[in-house]
Amino acid sequence: MDAALNLPLLADLAQQFALLSFLAIGGVNALIPEIHRRVVENAHWLTDTDFAQAFAIAQAAPGPNMLIVSLIGWKVDGFVGALVCTIAICAPSSALTFAIAHVWDRFRDAPLRKAIQHGLAPVTVGLVLASGFILARTVDHSSIAIGLTAATVVLALATRIHPLWLLAAGAVIGALVPI
Amino acid sequence: MSADPVAPPPSLRGLFSGFLIVGVQGFGGVLPFARRMLVEQRHWLSEREFIEVLSLSQFLPGPNIVNVSIIVGNRFRGPWGSVAAALGLMLMPFLIVLALAALYAQFAAIETVRTATTGVSAAATGLILATGIRMAQPLKGIVWQIAMAALVFVAIGLLRIPLLWALAVLAPLSIAVAWWMRR
Repeated sequence: MDAALNLPLLADLAQQFALLSFLAIGGVNALIPEIHRRVVENAHWLTDTDFAQAFAIAQAAPGPNMLIVSLIGWKVDGFVGALVCTIAICAPSSALTFAIAHVWDRFRDAPLRKAIQHGLAPVTVGLVLASGFILARTVDHSSIAIGLTAATVVLALATRIHPLWLLAAGAVIGALVPI
Repeated sequence: MSADPVAPPPSLRGLFSGFLIVGVQGFGGVLPFARRMLVEQRHWLSEREFIEVLSLSQFLPGPNIVNVSIIVGNRFRGPWGSVAAALGLMLMPFLIVLALAALYAQFAAIETVRTATTGVSAAATGLILATGIRMAQPLKGIVWQIAMAALVFVAIGLLRIPLLWALAVLAPLSIAVAWWMRR
């Protein structure tokens, strides 16, 4: 990575993720298809493999699930890229939250507020399931990987096992079996 | 377990450190840890207040937990409280994930490391699918909501329509249907 800052690239990154910040209904996990479309399919900043690796590392780290965005920034333009992308994905939605938190409580029982909540709920569900589907297509290239994903779904739904154990199990199986 | 927060309002430093600890703990989902810190450990919010803050955070765009930190920070210390809480939340996870990425780059040539990472990806994909399935439970029996979720899935997952256009059409449509179906 060059020491000189690539300002046009940074501006492009910042602008793309700032827009996505406003669209992140249901959190950053719901954005994964769109992020994949932009950074892999359109801009070719990352390969499919890079994207899957960034996703895995972000999921293995503690903290908010938006860290994949930090890693994309890191991959594209190093530490500054990571910083720019992280701020870009957080700041616009945070500013909106800050502004809306003041008025929201006043409209607790307003019919429009309820319609907005009931209307956005299925949109969020569709987005998150689409994210899972796109990720499965990006990640699961073998029957073992597909089986691992399916087993994780079942265990996560049927048991109260901590998610970190499921990720650890994925790592162990991946290390032992050619996946 | 107290019903109401009894603790004095936190300082800026308190907000920063409280959310710093939440950020480091939050493996595979930060919200449970945020709830424990805010409600059970520091008594900054009552259970009911937490649920209200959370539902607003989930409705607004952006990472839910970041929105929680913005609202809680602002409630006690205004805009700077929001900044302190959000910075506290993000600082360690940001540094840790970059350290992990750097570490990974060092060892990426080792086949075992690569396949283990693929294993983590496959499991993490399963976690996201499970989250989506769990989130779909409240839609059970509400036909228009199920249809809307399916429509969004097809538009984004299968047809790969850009999110902006899909949301510009489907979100107002869904809200309009919700308005029309209200009783």
